[in-house]
Amino acid sequence: MSLVDHRPAKTGYAKGKPNRLTRNLSSKIAALPMILTALVVFVGCTIWTIVYSFTDSRLLPRENFVGIEQYERLWGSSRWITSISNLMWYGVCSLVLTLVIGFTLAALLDRKIRFENTFRSIFLFPFALSFIVTGLVWQWILNPDYGVQGVVRSWGWESFNFDPLYNPDIVIFGILIAGIWQGSGLIMCIMLAGLRGIDEDIWKATRVDGIGTLKTYLVVIIPMMRPVFVTCLVLIAAGIIKLYDLVVAQTSGGPGLSSQVPAMYVYDYMFKAQNLGQGFAASTMMLLSVVIILIPYIYLQFKGKSRG
Amino acid sequence: MSKVLKSLLVGTALTCASAASAVELEVTHWWTSGGEAAAVTKFAEAWNATGNTWLDGAIAGSGGTARPIIISRILGGDPMAATQLNHGRQSEELIEAGLMLDLTDVAEAGGWKNIVNPSSLLDSCTLDGKIYCVPVNIHSAQWLWLSHAAYEKAGVAVPADWNEFVASAPALEAAGVLPLAMGQQGWQQNLAFGAITIAVAGLDTWRDVTVNKNADTARGPEYAAVFEAVAAARELARGSNVQDWNQATGMVINGEAGAQLMGDWAQGEFSVAGQVEGTDYSCLPGLGLNEILDTGGDAFYFPVNDDPEITAAQKELAALLISPEVQVSFNLAKGSLPVRGDIDMAAANGCMQKGLAILADGGILPSGDMSLSADTQTQIEDLMAEFWAGDMAASDAQAAYADIIASAD
Repeated sequence: MSLVDHRPAKTGYAKGKPNRLTRNLSSKIAALPMILTALVVFVGCTIWTIVYSFTDSRLLPRENFVGIEQYERLWGSSRWITSISNLMWYGVCSLVLTLVIGFTLAALLDRKIRFENTFRSIFLFPFALSFIVTGLVWQWILNPDYGVQGVVRSWGWESFNFDPLYNPDIVIFGILIAGIWQGSGLIMCIMLAGLRGIDEDIWKATRVDGIGTLKTYLVVIIPMMRPVFVTCLVLIAAGIIKLYDLVVAQTSGGPGLSSQVPAMYVYDYMFKAQNLGQGFAASTMMLLSVVIILIPYIYLQFKGKSRG
Repeated sequence: MSKVLKSLLVGTALTCASAASAVELEVTHWWTSGGEAAAVTKFAEAWNATGNTWLDGAIAGSGGTARPIIISRILGGDPMAATQLNHGRQSEELIEAGLMLDLTDVAEAGGWKNIVNPSSLLDSCTLDGKIYCVPVNIHSAQWLWLSHAAYEKAGVAVPADWNEFVASAPALEAAGVLPLAMGQQGWQQNLAFGAITIAVAGLDTWRDVTVNKNADTARGPEYAAVFEAVAAARELARGSNVQDWNQATGMVINGEAGAQLMGDWAQGEFSVAGQVEGTDYSCLPGLGLNEILDTGGDAFYFPVNDDPEITAAQKELAALLISPEVQVSFNLAKGSLPVRGDIDMAAANGCMQKGLAILADGGILPSGDMSLSADTQTQIEDLMAEFWAGDMAASDAQAAYADIIASAD
């Protein structure tokens, strides 16, 4: 297979066709500014941050290297440990629930129901709101005096208790509710587009073979939608890592430190505590977690291409 | 009609003319609660009266929110003309980097060395013999505010010190009153911790830990007693769900809560609500146990500016902020103490008179802001936020606190 692919390219090269570097030269020149920006701004600043995370920089950066002292302090801080564990709980739950809810809603809409457009708009609407607005709305809904708990109690169920934002043990799930409410609409739309891309003949074939609808989804449709799932996975994962504004709007990290997330740690230590080194160390750890997510993604993408 | 038009034109021309000579200075600060806003207006009025313009840059939220914004604007090359900061170590590096205007000539002309009392205020504006900020007020954190209405409801006498307050708490709870109002923010919990420390452990122990950073003392029995007392206060504040300090003060004003541990700036909220000291509320400096006040406070810094006209105006404003009339009107509105020992504060109410008397007796200590870096303060605030919201044992909190002190710089 690869032999067949290569031969014409080789003969073409021998005829004096431009080599790989000079092919499409004008488009490469046009892309140069963006490539430089990406290299200098993204890669350059990332490396700068990592280098300075090994210094004892305070309000202003300075080159006094102290080894891994900042990282030792970071992993010895109970606030950082709480932040990481919150992010893990939020991350796992949000990933699973958003995918499940998004796919289920999409599959239901795909059953050619009436008012599909209306439902789609309703489900997608929360995505049009910013995290700050989402956070404030859910802060009110979950407020024990004015929100759900207050309403149910006013109906006569006096012992009803639902105040996730004021209970340190479950506060992160109060934030999770808002996150899922906001994010699952978009996932639903992407899934719906994926479902619409499935050939009608597949459905006809499974019907001829007498496979049930549920089983068709699980064993035929979902495996066919792998690229769509990968896209959704990356979107959700990116949203999880950068979780910040939702927490600020809903609880600002409280009660106590129980709903802290890594991004808040980075901000507080860089600007409030005037300790850049500590903030850089924390943001480098965040970068590491992004890399851990990106590598499987690149692997999946690459694998998909080479097979196709 | 044409007459009106003509006068309008003349008016516009006049405004243009005066705008050319007057300088507009943007001043950033985080004074946004009722009493604070009333006080900052006094500055603005005094400055506008000189023919210049005060461009108010209030930043909502506490200092923790505002400081990063202010500092990043200075570092980012977009400095305001003047800004509030708490004097102390917060601005140390900004001064070292040469970003703040040297005010030494203004200070010498005004004889600040002789008039600023206590002199530690000016010392914390000084770096290498040069003065970089104008102290405008003295704030102390060690105050207990008590609601007379709440104690009437409970049917017990208003306590005279912290121990009596703790003893009266069950009666308050029985009457459905929350004993201690506490905003759920790290700095307020840290403030309460500091106030209880000075009241319970005394000045020498406090100084050994905070100024000398002696971690062994922080592990010792005096601080064990402090953490026990804070743990007891934590139980008294259970069920206090408010966030901002003025909301907590509001609970004391309404009689929903018995007391609040808050700095003397709470005074402004009581004045705005029209309450009278002695009949509606009481104040206990040093929690009634140890009549000592710290001398933190606010100061104005003037970031370096290329425009000589603005630099001249900055110096003019610096001199104005510390002038006697402005000091009196500003501090009366804010409920804080003036930085000058030579002015007449007869108009001040009972709480401020108590504070002035303590100040005159020399019952003062440097504020935590002056001894601890922002980094250490943030770590302690984090610890306090965790301690007050959860069930952390007093001994665990003490150990964690001692570790922070041991690594403090």
